[in-house]
Amino acid sequence: MENIGNEVIFYIIAAVMLIFSVMTVTTKHLLRSATYLLFVLFGTAALYFQLDYHFLGAVQVAVYAGGIVVLFVFSILLTQGLGQNKEKIKSSKLVLALSAAILGAVVCGYSLFTHIFPASRYAMGEEITMKTVGQVLLGSERYQYVLPFELISVLLLACIIGGIMIARKR
Amino acid sequence: MEIPFIYYLIVSGVMFFAGVYGFIARRNMLAILISLELMLNAVDINFAVFNRYLYPGAMEGFFFTLFAIAIAAAETAIAIAIIINIYRNIKNIKSDNLDKMKN
Repeated sequence: MENIGNEVIFYIIAAVMLIFSVMTVTTKHLLRSATYLLFVLFGTAALYFQLDYHFLGAVQVAVYAGGIVVLFVFSILLTQGLGQNKEKIKSSKLVLALSAAILGAVVCGYSLFTHIFPASRYAMGEEITMKTVGQVLLGSERYQYVLPFELISVLLLACIIGGIMIARKR
Repeated sequence: MEIPFIYYLIVSGVMFFAGVYGFIARRNMLAILISLELMLNAVDINFAVFNRYLYPGAMEGFFFTLFAIAIAAAETAIAIAIIINIYRNIKNIKSDNLDKMKN
């Protein structure tokens, strides 16, 4: 019974994500595009929760929905205003983009459906605890990730400095 | 009966190629950046799904997703700073007007 509910929820999330990700790139209004992107990001977080990666879902909601989309909305309002933010797509570019997307999707789908994956070993309800996450993130042994963690922190520092340098008034 | 994991891959594939379409077709730089976010997210889903379904004992996909989210956030912040700076200089952010920055 619970599994059937799980499946139904997955199909709802998948449908929402498919529809809104296509609408994100096809809508003419930039602000609507950002809103649909928000829905897609929430759908992604819901998928992580469904895969029992609860920490990942929380990070996704906090960073993407709480940070990036707000940044997008601010910068859209700063650069566009509410009135004249429609844009027309040139037909030559439309053909190019559609052919690139469809060609890529066909190649990708072909390799996806013909490749034989190893058997799935998915175990329901098996969660990574916060303790493991912390230990693996800060351990320095094999399969532990302190070096990427430190690199990311340097990257974030560089990003802060770069953002201030680029965006300040001269 | 669990959900076959190819369904997840189909969802992320459609997301990715919607992003590719938007990246090429649209001219506003913010719209291009939004399409880029879509692509990054699709890749993150793939990492998590492969980790959970094929190698549930390992944690590589989990941490790759975590680091990818952090890098995506940093990249978006810098890109938006650049876009706002461009807007200050040439008063619009259409990508085909950007050759004016040369002089």
